[in-house]
Amino acid sequence: MILRPQLDDVKSIGYYLGKIVLGFGIAMLLPFIAGLVFFREVNPSLHFLIGAEISILIGLGLDCFCRTDKDLNTAQGMVVISLSWLVAMVLGAIPLFLSGHYKSFLDVCFETMSGLTTTGLILVQDLDHVSRTHNLWRHLGPFIGGQGIAIIAISFLLGGTSGALKMYVGEARDEKLVPNIIHTSRFIWLISIVYLILGTIVLGIVGIFIGLKPPSAFFHGACIFMAGFDTAGFAPQSQNILYYHSLAFEIVAIVFMVLGSLNFNLHYQLWTGNHKEIWKSIETRTLLLITMLVSLITLVGLKHFGVYSGAAVLFRKGFFHVISGHTTTGYMTIYAQQFIQEWGDFALTLIIFSMALGGCACSTAGGIKMLRVGIIFKALREDIKKILLPDSAIVAQKFHHIRTMFLEEKLVRGVLIVTFGYLLLYGLGALVGVALGYPFLESLFESTSAAANVGLSCGITDASMPTILKITYIIEMWAGRLEVMSVFALLGFLVSFVKGR
Amino acid sequence: MRKVLLYQLALIIPAVLFSLQCYAQDIPSTELIKNAKLYDGKIVTYGGEAVGDIMVRGEFAWVNIYDGSNAIGIWVHKDLIRDITYTGGYRAKGDLVAVAGRFNRSCLEHGGDLDIHAQSFTKISPGSKIHHALDTEAVKSASVLFCTLVLIFLLRMRQSRKPASSRHP
Repeated sequence: MILRPQLDDVKSIGYYLGKIVLGFGIAMLLPFIAGLVFFREVNPSLHFLIGAEISILIGLGLDCFCRTDKDLNTAQGMVVISLSWLVAMVLGAIPLFLSGHYKSFLDVCFETMSGLTTTGLILVQDLDHVSRTHNLWRHLGPFIGGQGIAIIAISFLLGGTSGALKMYVGEARDEKLVPNIIHTSRFIWLISIVYLILGTIVLGIVGIFIGLKPPSAFFHGACIFMAGFDTAGFAPQSQNILYYHSLAFEIVAIVFMVLGSLNFNLHYQLWTGNHKEIWKSIETRTLLLITMLVSLITLVGLKHFGVYSGAAVLFRKGFFHVISGHTTTGYMTIYAQQFIQEWGDFALTLIIFSMALGGCACSTAGGIKMLRVGIIFKALREDIKKILLPDSAIVAQKFHHIRTMFLEEKLVRGVLIVTFGYLLLYGLGALVGVALGYPFLESLFESTSAAANVGLSCGITDASMPTILKITYIIEMWAGRLEVMSVFALLGFLVSFVKGR
Repeated sequence: MRKVLLYQLALIIPAVLFSLQCYAQDIPSTELIKNAKLYDGKIVTYGGEAVGDIMVRGEFAWVNIYDGSNAIGIWVHKDLIRDITYTGGYRAKGDLVAVAGRFNRSCLEHGGDLDIHAQSFTKISPGSKIHHALDTEAVKSASVLFCTLVLIFLLRMRQSRKPASSRHP
């Protein structure tokens, strides 16, 4: 029997949603201040003041009217998270819409969701003339969403309630770095901000060496770092990373993409001196193995089909895009149409494969995730062993991820459910594309890119694409970022209103 | 032997001529990208607005030219870009330029970038600064929202003095 939610349940959801919206509104004050103080762009700053005011108003309103002492349960935590991403999409879109660089509010919502979910698909018009204030927000979105929208509220606005843990888990983060959830959230911010400072300095210096003026170099550095480390793939100029025409810049970008795709827990282990973990973890081993294999086959394919020749070219075009796809960043040094016109089906299929698998769990990366891929391989090996060994033999498979664990049926089941959810998302999105007249491989490429939060495009994503496809990709990006389960929880919550007793 | 030589010349000369073929009219970026193999190694003319930063690298520089659809990187000798005064961005409309040069689908000199190595680079019309007048509507909206925000904040302050349980007996 399904229970119909009571007013108290709705109030709890509203109260915690209000906290997240409040945190999001406060975050919007950053571009407002930067725009006024550093960039001296008055109108764009006003757009952010308006956006922040509306967000804080809604946040405070929910806080006032839904005030409750009741804590969240697991399902409610997931509902709060699912809703908060949708609300953040609409609120975050307001200042960008006011910039006048988008054809419709749906386009802005698409790009805001793309940013927050660290996807990187864009619909902005005339990006080369967008103000720095708006551009800062475009890149700050992935930085906030990459760490998790709820992380702001958990870190600074919520006490040590169990609701905080429920929201943390709902945002597709089931690993705690330290026992306390608030300390875990703050540590995630600490890692990200330290890397942000270092990344901006490194990219800024490289930028000066390749001919950018210092203010521009550090602005680009901060933007590229935020979108690179948070595996979003946004850039301040329309040519993306091709704009810089620089091997050094691309190498640094590769380093940050890889760092961003690693598990925050692994970062924590490295920070605390446990360097061996990087070689022992099933995740990093799987990531290394698959990246090497896919890179090798892609490079051989690109060379064999005469797409590129020469080691330097193969590295900068082939390897760069495999890493960009695998880490689910989506940075590009070629034009979207070149994927279709030049790369051919073979290389395109390999990139789809890379994108679908994604980076590490509990990172800013999307996709199925290396931990799950590693566990599925282990489970497969265990089953094959069971078949080959005598019936009386007991087979126990272990794997190492932070600590050594036994492979349990329950764990494998959970892994397979989420993996199936992703495959379903990739397939359904591709089906919608095909139904709208796009070729299958291109539809699958774009759908996988959206659902795995990658952002590589073969040219389908465009302001002129059908509305239904825009909505499909928004749903894919949202569900992909939340690893499907929170979205199911929201759907279940809505159904319980109708069918519950 | 002579016949073979003649045959070879007959094959080589048109090939050389074809490779030196020039495209007199500006070719849009979408066409260059879509049919990059066709234009690879040919002399093309391309035009648009200089955008972003001019990145000087030794004796040469990168200038990115936006034609309304895409921006393409132009590798140009720095002496040829002395006339450039504005590059496009939020604060300025960039100079409009016309470029003639060798188009590369995957430039071996530049790590496989799709680019144009300019032989001539001409400023067609100068850009200008963009004056952004204060958006008074935005100022009004921000002010109204600010007043509402203060009211809600005061309401919340009043509410927070009472414990939550006292309002929900």
